[in-house]
Formats: sequence, C-alpha cells, structure tokens
Amino acid sequence: MSAGVEERTDTVAAGPRRPAPPTGGRGVARGAGRRARRRAFGTAGPGETVLRYALLVVVLFIAIGPFLWQLSTSLKGAGEDIYTTNPSLIPTQPTLDNYARVLDAIPVWQYIANSLVVAVLAVGGNVVFSTLAGFAIARLRWRGRRFVLGLLLATLILPGEATIVSQFVTIRDLGLADTLAGVALPGMVAALNVLLMYNAFRVIPEEIDQAAVVDGANAWQRLVSIGLPSVRGTIAVIAIFSFIGAWDDFLWPLIVLTTPEHFTLTIGLQYLAGTFTNDQRLIAAGTMIAFVPIAILFASLQRYFFRGVEEGGVKG
Amino acid sequence: MNRTTRLWTPWLLVAPAMLWLVVFTVWPSVNTIRLAFTNAKPLGGDAEFVGLQNFADLLADDQVWGAILNSILYLLICLPLLTLLPLLIAVLVEKPLRGIAFFRTAFYTPVIASAVVVGLMWTWMLDDRGLINNLAQALGVLQGPLPFLTDRWLVIVSATSLTIWKGLGYYMIIYLAALGNVGRDLHEAAAMDGAGATRRFWSVTVPGVRSTMTLIAILVCVSSLRVFSEVYILTGGKGGPGGQDATIVMLIQQYARGFYGDLGYASALSILLFLLTLVPLLVLARVNAKANA
Repeated sequence: MSAGVEERTDTVAAGPRRPAPPTGGRGVARGAGRRARRRAFGTAGPGETVLRYALLVVVLFIAIGPFLWQLSTSLKGAGEDIYTTNPSLIPTQPTLDNYARVLDAIPVWQYIANSLVVAVLAVGGNVVFSTLAGFAIARLRWRGRRFVLGLLLATLILPGEATIVSQFVTIRDLGLADTLAGVALPGMVAALNVLLMYNAFRVIPEEIDQAAVVDGANAWQRLVSIGLPSVRGTIAVIAIFSFIGAWDDFLWPLIVLTTPEHFTLTIGLQYLAGTFTNDQRLIAAGTMIAFVPIAILFASLQRYFFRGVEEGGVKG
Repeated sequence: MNRTTRLWTPWLLVAPAMLWLVVFTVWPSVNTIRLAFTNAKPLGGDAEFVGLQNFADLLADDQVWGAILNSILYLLICLPLLTLLPLLIAVLVEKPLRGIAFFRTAFYTPVIASAVVVGLMWTWMLDDRGLINNLAQALGVLQGPLPFLTDRWLVIVSATSLTIWKGLGYYMIIYLAALGNVGRDLHEAAAMDGAGATRRFWSVTVPGVRSTMTLIAILVCVSSLRVFSEVYILTGGKGGPGGQDATIVMLIQQYARGFYGDLGYASALSILLFLLTLVPLLVLARVNAKANA
C-alpha cells in the first residue's frame, strides 16, 4: 500500500474526530501550496466551502431523513397523532412501548438468532473458502487454474434470481427446505468474493513468493505468512459485505422458509407488517430493530470498509 | 514435500469453492433449463415432460408482458438518474473537507439497510396519510392524497424512487474510486483556461470516469431488470392493483411457492429473465470491443 493511499484512508477514518484544518489531511496539499491551488481554481474563499457544506447537508437530509422519520414514529405514543398534517419529528410523548409490543407480537429474539446464524455462516464460508481458492488461483501454478477462473467469471453473468427456482429444488432434494441450513448454505461461497480475493493476492510481488519458495516454504506457509497479511483489507470488505448481505436478504429466505419459528428477521418483519398493516408505530419499531444492529456494526467497521475499498475491493 | 501433495494442493484449496459453485450455481443453471420443459411442483412429486408448453403459456400471459413493460419503465427511469446523480455526489464528497468521512458514511447508510426495512419506511412515508402526502397538502401542493402505493403507474414511480435513493451511495463509492484516478492537473489546466465548475465537470470529470460510467450504466440496467423487494414490499406482496405492477422476479417467486406453484413455469420465467439481463451485458461487451479497437 502506498503512502498516498494510507493518507487518504486516514482522512476517511479519522476525519470527523480530528481537529484538522478545513483543508483536511492530505499532507502536501496543505498550507500555502493549497491556497495557491485554490486561487488557480478561481473558486477560492469561504463561499465555496459554505456552498459545499450546504449541498452536503441537503444530501444528508435526503439519505438519513427517512430513517429519522421512522425512528421518530417508533417512539411516538398511542396518544400522539401520527397522521397529522402538521407532523413533528420530535415525539411529544416519547415511549418504548411500541418496541415492547413488537416483542409480544413476534418472537424477535428467535428471529435475530436465526438471522445471526445465517449471517455468521455466510461470513465464515465466504472468508475461508474465498481466501483458499483465491490464493490457489492467484499464487500457485497448476493446470486447471485458467479453467477455474473462467468458470468463476462465467457465473458472474448469471443473475442470482434466474437460478433461484432450481436452487430451491436442490435445497429441497437435500431435505433442507424450511430450515436455516437451507437458507444459509448457498450463500456461503460467492464467486465474486473468490474473484476479489484472487485480485487481492495477485498484486503481491512475485519476488517475495519466489524467495519463500527458495527457502522451502510450502503453499500453506506462503499463504499464512505472505498472503494473509497483505489481503486483510479485502477480507474485511468481504466479511462486512457477506454479513450485511445475509442479514438483509429477503427473496431467498422467503422462498425457503414456511414455518414462522424458522423465519429470519427480514421475513419476520414482513410478516409483522402484513399482520398489523395499520399499526404504523409497531411496524416502525420493528424496522428499527432490524436496522439498528446493522447500522451499529457498519458504523464501527466503516474505516475498514472504506480502507478496503480504496485498496481495490471495488476498483477490481 | 513430495510431488503428489504439490499436484493436489491447488485442487484441495479450490475444492470447497468449486463444490459450492457446482452444486449451487452450475447445476441449478442446467436444471433450470431442464425444469422449464416440465410441470414440476414446489412440493415435489412426479414431474412430466411438457415440451415447449411453458414457453407458449409465457408468451400468451398478459402478466408477463406487463412485467416486461414494468422492467423497461424501471430501467428508463433508473438509468439516467443512477448514472448521473451518484457521480455528482461523489464529486461533492471527493475533496477533503472537515467531517467528510461522516458524510460519506451517512450517504452509504441506505445501501446497508435491508430492502425490507427501507421498503417499510417508504411505505409509511408514501401512505395516503403519510408524511409526503401530509406535507404536500399542508404546503398546498396537493389538494388530496396521491395514491403512491395503489395506483398502477404511481407504484412504478414510488418503487424507482426508492431504488434510486437506496442506490446513490452504492454507485457513489464506485465513482469515488474512479475519481481518484482522474488527474488533478487536468482540472487545474482547465481552471487556468477559465473553465467554470460546470464546464470542468462535463469536459474533465465525465470523460475521466467514462469507462466507470459505462459499467455503472450496465449495472443499473441489469439490477432494474432484477428488481423484486422494493415493489414487493411497497405493494404488500400483491404487485399493485390486480398484480399489474409485478416484476419478472416477483412472478418467479409467486410460481416457486406453495401448493399451486409451478416450478416449470417459474423456470421458463427464469430463462426469460436471464435472456433479458444478457442484453445490457452484450451492449457492454460491444462498447468495450469498440474502445479497444
């Protein structure tokens, strides 16, 4: 990783907490040089900064507003009119009553546990199997690697929804219809993640590998001591995306599951919304229960995510 | 280490991934084609070969043509907006500014939320007595509530709005990575020549990210054809009045389930979906071939 990338990552990760000057943390671009550059742009001065913040706040309002409104609705008591044409974001009678009612209406803890099982299996499967396969394709010379790579690339053009019917038939024939294992299994390896790991391993300089081979290191030792330390960023991105993807998934569990006790949180939430159609406070509380854990998880891991993306997770 | 282990090591390492790929992607693809010629049922039992019957039924099915129309509308609305708006936002958050990391993360929030969660949020906002209708009436924009969730055409508008809102952050990140490669020198040179911000956007930024833009346009097309959750949740699983707003994937899901399901027909629909998503990919291949020629 070059110093430049590290600096940018730093800006991303520590920006809000660090008392940095408004020009941010891009070393060279600071101070006089930066000012000269700004003059060159012909858009100097606080006017531009104010305008940018104004635009940022507008986009922020659009992106976050709906979540705040839902949170607000979930905290409003039965006595507060939520249908008024004079709506207020701040609840006048804040209460957690709606959350308690969700716990009574559906087995929320059971659904959270079910979603967690599926998400953890997705993370484990994708991280371990993609790392092993990506390493073998990128760093080992063997007959068949081109074939495997081609097969992986070929599956990318298949939209997942186009195979979902026969995937269900496979799961049913394995005796896993209406089980959590049936929900989790197909998602444990995604071709895209194998390709991401392949890309991450590929950029490690060949010479380091050759030195290790000369020293008598076998494939496994090279993977552990040379490979893994350089691809942690991509592993983090895959782990985060696998977890979020499994936690948020809707279509596949909707097809596999039929018994309410086996529902994942998204299916349970849809069931709640379908059963209590007119109870918006209750539905709002339910959506917050599904959203808040993933939001906290992402907020606490966002620095690894954005760093991984900069390392090439998305650039590919 | 002996020679046998060396030969087998790579295969051992790719074995789990290959096993999964074959069992859950390759075999289902083949099986989809096989199933499309049968009348298999979701609950199991004997399936009979029915020839091209499913495809004949499909071509005569008004709901399928309606779903294709919905997909095309979806694509036409999403394509320009999701190709352009995320680029504008990426430009906005690209340059370092105090607190920019907070804004980037916040703009990404709709992406990490489940489609069910955001779908229910929007269902409530777009309700007859929800926030949007209430505010529009309070401001005098509307005389009465607009049926965002129950009108055959307005459902498409509502669902595309949701898709666009949820996709902004996702494509913003892809553009951000691409913007890092656009030279600052070009911007400065253009500024020296007296080009304003708008002019620089169109003549420096856009050409600089052209290949990413093509990729995103194709990704938007494919995901428009694959849309499911947004329409499903906004219409409470019904697909709008008389199921007129159902998408192709919603039809697949309906036929894949329960006692009255029909896996053969659902498989024929899956093949239709695959062929439709192939169109934008072929366009991409053509564009790339031209760029390399």
